[in-house]
Amino acid sequence: MLAKRIIPCLDVDRGRVVKGVKFVEIRDAGDPVEVARRYNQEGADEITFLDITASSDDRETMVHVVERVASEVFIPLTVGGGIRKPEDVLRMLNAGADKVAINTAAVFNPEFVKEAAERFGSQCIVVAIDAKRVDDHWEIFTHGGRKPTGIDAIEWAKKMAEYGAGEILLTSMDRDGTKAGFDNELTRRVSEAVSIPVIASGGVGNLDHLVDGVTEGKADAVLAASIFHFAEYSIEEAKRYMAGRGVEVRL
Amino acid sequence: MGQRIAVIDYGMGNLRSVSKAVEHVAGQGDEVRVTDDPAYISAADRVVFPGQGAARDCMAAIGQHHLGQAVLQAAREKPFLGICMGLQVLLDHSEENGGTPLMGLYPGNVVRFPNTGLKVPHMGWNQVLPVGDHPLWTGIEPGSRFYFVHSYYVVPDDPGLKAAETDYGICFPSAIANANVFAVQFHPEKSADNGLRLLRNFVNWKP
Repeated sequence: MLAKRIIPCLDVDRGRVVKGVKFVEIRDAGDPVEVARRYNQEGADEITFLDITASSDDRETMVHVVERVASEVFIPLTVGGGIRKPEDVLRMLNAGADKVAINTAAVFNPEFVKEAAERFGSQCIVVAIDAKRVDDHWEIFTHGGRKPTGIDAIEWAKKMAEYGAGEILLTSMDRDGTKAGFDNELTRRVSEAVSIPVIASGGVGNLDHLVDGVTEGKADAVLAASIFHFAEYSIEEAKRYMAGRGVEVRL
Repeated sequence: MGQRIAVIDYGMGNLRSVSKAVEHVAGQGDEVRVTDDPAYISAADRVVFPGQGAARDCMAAIGQHHLGQAVLQAAREKPFLGICMGLQVLLDHSEENGGTPLMGLYPGNVVRFPNTGLKVPHMGWNQVLPVGDHPLWTGIEPGSRFYFVHSYYVVPDDPGLKAAETDYGICFPSAIANANVFAVQFHPEKSADNGLRLLRNFVNWKP
């Protein structure tokens, strides 16, 4: 049976992991390569890097990070942040990324998703959706959840799947950073609306939240940052716990 | 003197992961080269044939790079590892893109997953159950998980080719083997320790 994936996410600014990662025997917790190596040893199913570098001049740094990680960590790597044109996709794939996550650029230019999927294959195109509840539905927001678009999140997910996205990375802006758990209703609605895999993101505070994302949210994969960074739980612990609650995982 | 390992590049997708993973397990004196040069492929000691994307695009790219002969020749005479589309194109025909003729090394078809209520593409870590003994499974527990990304799977006419199977709503061949050829639907280069072990077994394989 296919396993539900556990994906740690790292925010990277000018080549350094930000928001701190606490590991005991790690020499340089700011080095994305060291952290990726550790997550791989703990059994991460994939690793997602979010490049939050503000200046485009510094974006080349991320290419080198991906190159270094891909030379020694042999699990799927996804890179998001600043992917706006086909050359950005190509540069990351050539550096060793397996997938790129397209967020804001998809909203402003949906054809970019179509073009990228046709040129590079759907398997490497993840569309990231930041959704926030507005009255009785969810809308997508851009610019880190600051700008409303008026676009319905579920309709948008369907459209992106039609345009060739291989996967949806769905973040609840209401839950992000709250540690209150995923927005499982949102996740389930999106997951049931599309035939491609959905990664739940935003709000994980404990291991039950990961389980709920899969059972209630019907997510194919769960993404978390802080619970792993601050060594509250190792990925292995998370997987054993999920297995104990009946979720199929890779141990 | 080490061996020469050719990773065939026909412009379909990024081969860096494959070449890095092969380099990681290869011997010190071995040369791993990503190449579209038929002469190098002919002279290589072993060949890795990766691939991703749509069947029609892959076949067109193999044609444009004039690699058809070199690939078939390698598959007939030296240790040969097909990965993902590098497995599928070895068959006769694919349902993909409204029907695509393939290289035809093995009679059989490539078909899309039927609607079983599961998501397509089949993406993620699934269990691989070896069928019979094969040196490439050495040190890999039956039921180990490997990373898959695909919407189509192979159905060779000869059931004896099946070297592993995987369950995703239906049971499908996730590896085939014949003499010096071994080909897998999953991505060993993305499958952590088990994937590296399989690649190491390939690098040391003497069929």
